[in-house]
Amino acid sequence: MSGIKDKVAIIAASCTPFGEHWDRGTDDLLEQAVAELQTDAKPDAYWLGTAQSGMSGITLGRVIGTDDKPITRVENYCASGSEALRNAAYAVASGAYDVAMAIGVEKVKDSGYQGLNAFPIPNDGTQRTLTAAAMFSLVIPAYAHKYGVSDDDMRDALAHIASKNHSNGAKNPRAQFRREMSTDQIKQSPKVAGSLGVLDCAGVADGAAAAIVVRAEDATKYTNKPLYIKALSFVAGSGRGLVDPSYDYTHFPEVEASVKDAYAQAGITDPRTAFAMAEVHDCFTPTELVLMEDLGFSARGTAYKEVLSGAFDLHGDLPINPDGGLKSFGHPVGATGLRMLFECWLQLRGEAPSERQIDNSRGLAMTQNLGGYPGEMVSFVSIVGTST
Amino acid sequence: MPRGIVASAGYVPYRRLQRTAIRDVMAAGGGKGTRSVAGFDEDTTTMAVEACRQLELTNGPDALWFSTAEPAYLDKTNANAIHTALRLDESVTAFDFGGAIRSGIGALKSVLDGNGTTLVVASDMRTGLPGSADESNGGDAAAAMVVGDGDVVATYLGGASATKEFLERWRTPGSKRSKTWEDRFGEAMYAPLAEHAWNAALKAADVTDVDVLCVAGMHQRSVSRVAKRLGVAKTIDLGGTVGDTGTAHAMLLLAAALEEATPDETIALVSLADGADVLVFKSVRRAAPKRTVRQHIDAAQDVTYARFLSWRGMITPEPPNRPEPARVSAPAAERATEHKFAFDGMADTCGTIATFTVDRLAYSPSPPIVFAIVDFPDGTRAPLELTDVDPEALHVGDEVEMTFRKLSTADGIHNYFWKAKPVR
Repeated sequence: MSGIKDKVAIIAASCTPFGEHWDRGTDDLLEQAVAELQTDAKPDAYWLGTAQSGMSGITLGRVIGTDDKPITRVENYCASGSEALRNAAYAVASGAYDVAMAIGVEKVKDSGYQGLNAFPIPNDGTQRTLTAAAMFSLVIPAYAHKYGVSDDDMRDALAHIASKNHSNGAKNPRAQFRREMSTDQIKQSPKVAGSLGVLDCAGVADGAAAAIVVRAEDATKYTNKPLYIKALSFVAGSGRGLVDPSYDYTHFPEVEASVKDAYAQAGITDPRTAFAMAEVHDCFTPTELVLMEDLGFSARGTAYKEVLSGAFDLHGDLPINPDGGLKSFGHPVGATGLRMLFECWLQLRGEAPSERQIDNSRGLAMTQNLGGYPGEMVSFVSIVGTST
Repeated sequence: MPRGIVASAGYVPYRRLQRTAIRDVMAAGGGKGTRSVAGFDEDTTTMAVEACRQLELTNGPDALWFSTAEPAYLDKTNANAIHTALRLDESVTAFDFGGAIRSGIGALKSVLDGNGTTLVVASDMRTGLPGSADESNGGDAAAAMVVGDGDVVATYLGGASATKEFLERWRTPGSKRSKTWEDRFGEAMYAPLAEHAWNAALKAADVTDVDVLCVAGMHQRSVSRVAKRLGVAKTIDLGGTVGDTGTAHAMLLLAAALEEATPDETIALVSLADGADVLVFKSVRRAAPKRTVRQHIDAAQDVTYARFLSWRGMITPEPPNRPEPARVSAPAAERATEHKFAFDGMADTCGTIATFTVDRLAYSPSPPIVFAIVDFPDGTRAPLELTDVDPEALHVGDEVEMTFRKLSTADGIHNYFWKAKPVR
């Protein structure tokens, strides 16, 4: 496999504010994300990622008014936005199209319920009915037990992750939650599942995000600061973790597989020093903790110490989720993957608000976007860079 | 070959309501002792499965007869779910005897008077309006017996019935409560019926003395009077712990008697329900189900009165603000029958908890959901909801056993599946 490295470039990216947009529907959010792309590039084809805010390409078609273009709606759990990017990039790389749009949207807050809700597919009634919070809460005791981490150290590390992401989000005008939260506030929040408090959980928001991709050689026709795609990887697991006794809930095999693939495509050998930043899928605080190890940033069983040392803080040696992450930016399911890409776009181009602009001299960033649950997961990884 | 009870067992659910808790809230009703309370995820069908699972069903029955006055479904045969959970052969018939409390003793007597090998199971959940005598005196339980010829634990010596139409207790379909006529009227009706049936049964059984007496009946005053008048030294009475379990009660008392019996005891079972039925047995050896009625009674945990009322639909607590489950797909459930109803033959295997969590957000008829990843000795693993459990007392590595439960009900469809509960 030759992979996708340096074949495709991102020449525009956008992201709406995420939040409880009671006054705006899916159409409005899509319209804003498209308008804010601010590019002359005219897409030949479109990929729309949404988990359950619309069926078929017409969901986007009726917003942009195209009557003669291919629009494909894709869905891959919470990685639906990343899936749109992946499909658009491969379509351009194939030469079939010159310009393609990837766009993701979710109108979560029309459901009337707290949290995310799976669209019910008729079934035999024997599947687990737990919330995502409960499924990810299983990681905490498993990790603490395997590595001999005390309850206090575990709580401190998880609270640090949430507090860090709240702090980053407070500097982000598009974020759903823009309040600093102390680790004490986070630790004292009401319990949702297991030892997970409500402030360990990502915000649930409405929003949309988009990007335009072209072949790498065409990139500078549209912008003098394109981002080049170095790797795209996607893994859908078999769901075996739920029924495999060897799975111990301290790592995510699907993430490890997608990361290995992505690092191979991009030629990354020392991930801890390779990236200016990484956006990772912090749906719950233990998820971000485990991802630090799955992504090769920390050795197994040590991420909690590095979290506490501040290594992943905004101005640590590897900033994680400088935009606030799912935790405080919010999580409109189909938009999240492209929201992660949008932060890479801002940071690597030096266009992030000054209060959260990081040192981008390493010139590489990654997004890690997952869907599903421990044992039953899909995982996407992208790596983007400022030069070929 | 002697005909009689080949095997017997009872099932009493884990929860108890302290009767004093009723008076604390209602300033009326209550009394002494406890009554048994089916979990929010139990119904008469699931309790019947649990009772049958206490039996060693080595020689498969030809038929399964299920009696209850509180059927989970009308029109649809509830015995089929029991049949499938027990993995009985397709050639084994399954019939419901529904509606009247008398259908429990009726099924047992019919089978004893008939032929072949039949698994008879009776189950009931008794309730009443808050503060009522029915609420306090009632109980929830199931009992199961294999009736056949040959190697019996108790030989059936004979029996008799007396039947008469009178209005003592009634309930219209769908009603949460039963109604009764003035107490003394029932006493006047039952006393002569009991006497006629008793005399006829002793004659049919060709016995004059009885060693152990079981009297079942929802009319407490008549039950007490009959028990006293018959003058048998030893009586089996579960009223102080389990309560009166209606359709199941005659068989539950008999199961308890057979588990305490020594050889050659004469045991008489009297049921007062729209008449009187008397069955007389001679014990051969002590019945030995996997778990005895006494063990069920002793392994118990109190439930608060508020939770009891919510489980019975008498009060409606605010549910989690989450979507309720969708109805089960009939074809999908049918394709998964072996897994859904029989747990792939693993229902009698214990597992250990690999990890667990408490979900305070997910929808449940009685939140929160306690959920565990359970590993089984054959190297398989299953994600399972736990029940009859105190999450504070739960640990990784705890042993759990399987229990047949109702996960939820949507569009009138009961979603039956297996849960795990701590081994006690």
